[in-house]
Amino acid sequence: MSDLLRDFVGDWHALVLLVVVGAIPNQIWRMLGVWLGGGLDEGSDLLMWVKAVATAILAGVIAQILVEPPGALASVPTALRYGALVAGFAAFVLMRRSILAGVVCGEVVMLAGKWWLG
Amino acid sequence: MPLPPIDSPTWISAFRTFLWGMSSVRETILAAVLFATYVGIGALAHDTYFSLGWTLLGTLLVWAGPAQIIVITTLGSGASIVQSALAVTISAVRLFPMVVSVLPLMRSPETKRWQLILPAHFTAVTLWVECHRFLPQVPRERRIVFVNGLGCGLLCISLSANLVGYVLAANLSQTFASAILLLTPLAFLFSTARNSRGLADVLALVLGLVLYPLASLMNSGLDILVSGLVAGTIAFGVHKWREGP
Repeated sequence: MSDLLRDFVGDWHALVLLVVVGAIPNQIWRMLGVWLGGGLDEGSDLLMWVKAVATAILAGVIAQILVEPPGALASVPTALRYGALVAGFAAFVLMRRSILAGVVCGEVVMLAGKWWLG
Repeated sequence: MPLPPIDSPTWISAFRTFLWGMSSVRETILAAVLFATYVGIGALAHDTYFSLGWTLLGTLLVWAGPAQIIVITTLGSGASIVQSALAVTISAVRLFPMVVSVLPLMRSPETKRWQLILPAHFTAVTLWVECHRFLPQVPRERRIVFVNGLGCGLLCISLSANLVGYVLAANLSQTFASAILLLTPLAFLFSTARNSRGLADVLALVLGLVLYPLASLMNSGLDILVSGLVAGTIAFGVHKWREGP
């Protein structure tokens, strides 16, 4: 039982890191919203720049998962990983920006490709 | 199950209002997207060697998909703590205007500031969209309870999805496990693309995708930040330039 618990909790350093790197830097902005509320110009240049950088960072993380794939994803050939993403994007655009269509198409292409390659 | 009329006496019960908020998650297609996203995050955390408890706690404490995948991928790839924290905080700035714009929908003159902390914690793109849809049908003095219920409902969906993704990644064959891992980039790419309205957003998305592989060649430990800052700044610059002086 204690083994199960230990596996569930894992390394406590990682839990501390989660709070320091994940929770606090993220929650600061929500709490600022509560305390400062109002008095914010949504169209301001600063906010627009921040939004563009945030979008680019997220895009970078998406690229990172494809370029340096974790775990099982590494078993999928590079060309197929990109191919699945491109096919999914085509479906997303064709189906009037449907997230579901994009995800399903990307997954089907990846699975079909893997099956075909053996 | 439609919500009762706004003047119905049943709204008086805080408990029932909470339950209505919670069960409203069944009425939204966004819940399906949320589920797929969090299945992906669970699988990603598993294959990056984080524990199940860590993964669930992350969803509970952070409650923002982009921040969570940034934490998992950057820490998992051995990036510095400073870079991870900076990337997370930049990704989270968007929550500030969301909170600022959503809280007035549920605030009344009697509302205490501490009552807004939990709704602010639940605020992320899904809740933000659903608040604009549901809250007009809820009496103002009951909205905070309703939103807390809605947030808890979304949280339950995400925690179960984490569990499913984590367990599947641990037990499925390599092919199916990789299909689940692919959910994260697909779901995030398309939901970001869907939310990209202006030229600056679209350019930032495209440049960010293209520049990261280049930045990663530097192997600086700050690759994500460098590519994000460069791509985002170029996108913003082009937008300003097109707009004219």
